[in-house]
Amino acid sequence: MTPRCDTKTARARFLPWAPLLTLAIMFGPVLAGVLGTIGPAFGYLPALGGDSVSPTAFAMLFDWPGITRASVLSVTTGIAATTISLLLVALICAAWSGSRAFRVIERMLSPLLSVPHAAAAFGLAFLIAPSGWIARATSPWLTGWDRPPDLLILQDPYGLSLIAGLVVKEVPFLLLMTLAALGQIRTAQARDTALALGYAPVTAWFKTVFPRVYAQIRLPVFAVLAFSMTVVDVSLILGPTTPPTLAVQILRWMNDPDLSQRFLASAAAVWQLALVVFTMLLWRLAEIAVAHLGRRWVASGARGGATRTVRAIALAAAMLSAGSIVFGLFGLAVWSVAGLWSFPDLLPDAFTGRTWMRHAMNLWPIASETLIIAAVSTLVALLLTLACLEAEERHGLKPGSRALWLLYVPLIVPQIAFLTGLQTLAIFTGIDGNRLAVIAVHIIFVLPYVFLSLADPFRAWDARYGHVARALGAGCDGVLWRVRLPMLLRPILTAAAVGFAVSIGQFLPTLLAGAGRVQTLTTEAVALASGGDRRVISVYALAQTALALLPFALALFVPAIVWRNRKGLRHA
Amino acid sequence: MPDPGLTLDHVTIRRNGRTLVDISDHIAPGEVLTVMGPSGSGKSTLLSYIIGTLDSAFEARGRVILNGTDITDLAPEARHVGILFQDELLFPHLSVGQNLAFGLRASVKGRAERTRQIEAALADIGMDGFADRDPDTLSGGQKARVALMRMLLSGPKALLLDEPFSRLDTERRDQIRALVFDQARAKGLPVLLVTHDHADAEAAGGRVHRLE
Repeated sequence: MTPRCDTKTARARFLPWAPLLTLAIMFGPVLAGVLGTIGPAFGYLPALGGDSVSPTAFAMLFDWPGITRASVLSVTTGIAATTISLLLVALICAAWSGSRAFRVIERMLSPLLSVPHAAAAFGLAFLIAPSGWIARATSPWLTGWDRPPDLLILQDPYGLSLIAGLVVKEVPFLLLMTLAALGQIRTAQARDTALALGYAPVTAWFKTVFPRVYAQIRLPVFAVLAFSMTVVDVSLILGPTTPPTLAVQILRWMNDPDLSQRFLASAAAVWQLALVVFTMLLWRLAEIAVAHLGRRWVASGARGGATRTVRAIALAAAMLSAGSIVFGLFGLAVWSVAGLWSFPDLLPDAFTGRTWMRHAMNLWPIASETLIIAAVSTLVALLLTLACLEAEERHGLKPGSRALWLLYVPLIVPQIAFLTGLQTLAIFTGIDGNRLAVIAVHIIFVLPYVFLSLADPFRAWDARYGHVARALGAGCDGVLWRVRLPMLLRPILTAAAVGFAVSIGQFLPTLLAGAGRVQTLTTEAVALASGGDRRVISVYALAQTALALLPFALALFVPAIVWRNRKGLRHA
Repeated sequence: MPDPGLTLDHVTIRRNGRTLVDISDHIAPGEVLTVMGPSGSGKSTLLSYIIGTLDSAFEARGRVILNGTDITDLAPEARHVGILFQDELLFPHLSVGQNLAFGLRASVKGRAERTRQIEAALADIGMDGFADRDPDTLSGGQKARVALMRMLLSGPKALLLDEPFSRLDTERRDQIRALVFDQARAKGLPVLLVTHDHADAEAAGGRVHRLE
């Protein structure tokens, strides 16, 4: 805690309120949105003549023929995507942590993370579609196909391609969270002890490290579970269509020109929220069961083996997962400049810049809208985060470990559940459909990521620099602006890049808060999905990816240039 | 005229009910008081209390009086107490010259005059022309000298030393130690040195206070 700061200026007086303001900005809309969903779900929406509480909307919902399928689909995709991602991440860490291969994986994480969900989903779609790259690469010599086979690979009724699309994006996220957790607990010792006792490395990791790591990443795992159950953009691209997933169906009802459908949409959103809570309880029960079995496994003393096989499997899985994104983007790049490209040719007959040129004029205003929204929401999130962290420093307003839950609330409460209500409220108060509304909603999702990525480096800063600076006559503000923030330039820019990428990737918040009138690269790209013009989709998805990756490049190069003559900050 | 020098008036520091430091003493200008004790005995805690950065987990009582002024409740930056740590803690984002400028009092106005004083300070420690260097490229002895100069340029009225010589090799240690004590004596500063090294205490030549 920094002692005795000047509290006379307006800025200094604001600081102790920063955590409260941040919570209000983050939770106000979530809370209002959930209430705005629950009200109409039970028939209460005075503006549309609903002023009595009735279960009619739920009756309509359960009369909808697709309800069982859509609900089951939501639960199965959520559980499958989360289980597979978690298993993959655990396997990669168990088999490779501490090795050189692992450092390569670590370095690929940030760029993979910043690729927007929609772009990754399109990339994957263009790989695995019947006329996609995988089919082309194996035809006709292996498959015998000389035209795209009539297979329902994309948008399959079981949601398998949707699960695949979720896994490739959730693995980097969970891996990053796991790395952060591994940094906090001393894992090498436990593992080395187990190795000395004759355990195979992978078994040693699962028996000694995994239980402690899992306790640390439980919140991110729940966030992945809730996200996978309710995702809309990936589902529109890769998910089943008749019926679609519940979240997609809710969006359709929301967009229905017949406003009375909003009662139905709200009821469905409440039902979706109930499903998520139910699945989380289910997950919790599974945790207990797995922990029980795990304890028996640990007590059995089995040393394990087959290290090489497990390592090979883990590496193959990691490469498949990362490769899907990398080759997917590569595929988008080729499609965006493709001339005539007939099946089963591996590459187009000719390359042309026509698609890019034709869409450049449309692309420009949309790209700048995307940039403005991302820049403003990131800036606000960054300022609030820094104010909270500095308040924690100056006023000892240190959040307990339980407060970490708060950061995850916007990531765990399904977007569809509160954005539905938020839009309903916004329409009748007339504040929807403009850029400010979109920015306000983006901040809700950008803030947790910026905070999570900046908090550790900010707190890890050596406080003695501050003590020296103050003994030299600098005040609290002087320490912050002249010493701490410059020294933390790299983590600050990285946090900003993360926030930027999060904002650019937002689909549902943009669509609902913007009432369809605020267009970003993401909403445009997803809207193009139904048209199926691969060249145009590729142009938009690539532009979206480029915008999300650019800040990461800046976060890498700006400190390298600014501090080119400062060896002490090169690895900070 | 009040007593010049640094007075510790019944300073006690406790943590969880255990008394770490209990000291009452007066250090005259130019005098060195050495506080010795094993690590964990609260030596550094005493210095944090004097410069005003003591963690609130500690319970501290007693007054700190500098040249007749009670500074116990002042903000750290208003106390004019300089400190040197075991690590030099040169700001890694600033050049050597900018580090010195950070220390140099704001009352020295005008870029030309400030630059002149910084150049002169560098010349004083035999480091002419080092103003634009990256502090991380300096040797241990050079860093220690820059840290000392940075502190002296801030015009301190007392000097606290937190084992500042322990990181240096034997040869450099004597040299830097002599430089620090000479400067303090020349400027008439009361010096409080905490160390666990008997050689430091001997070189300081003053009284020794032992913590258990």
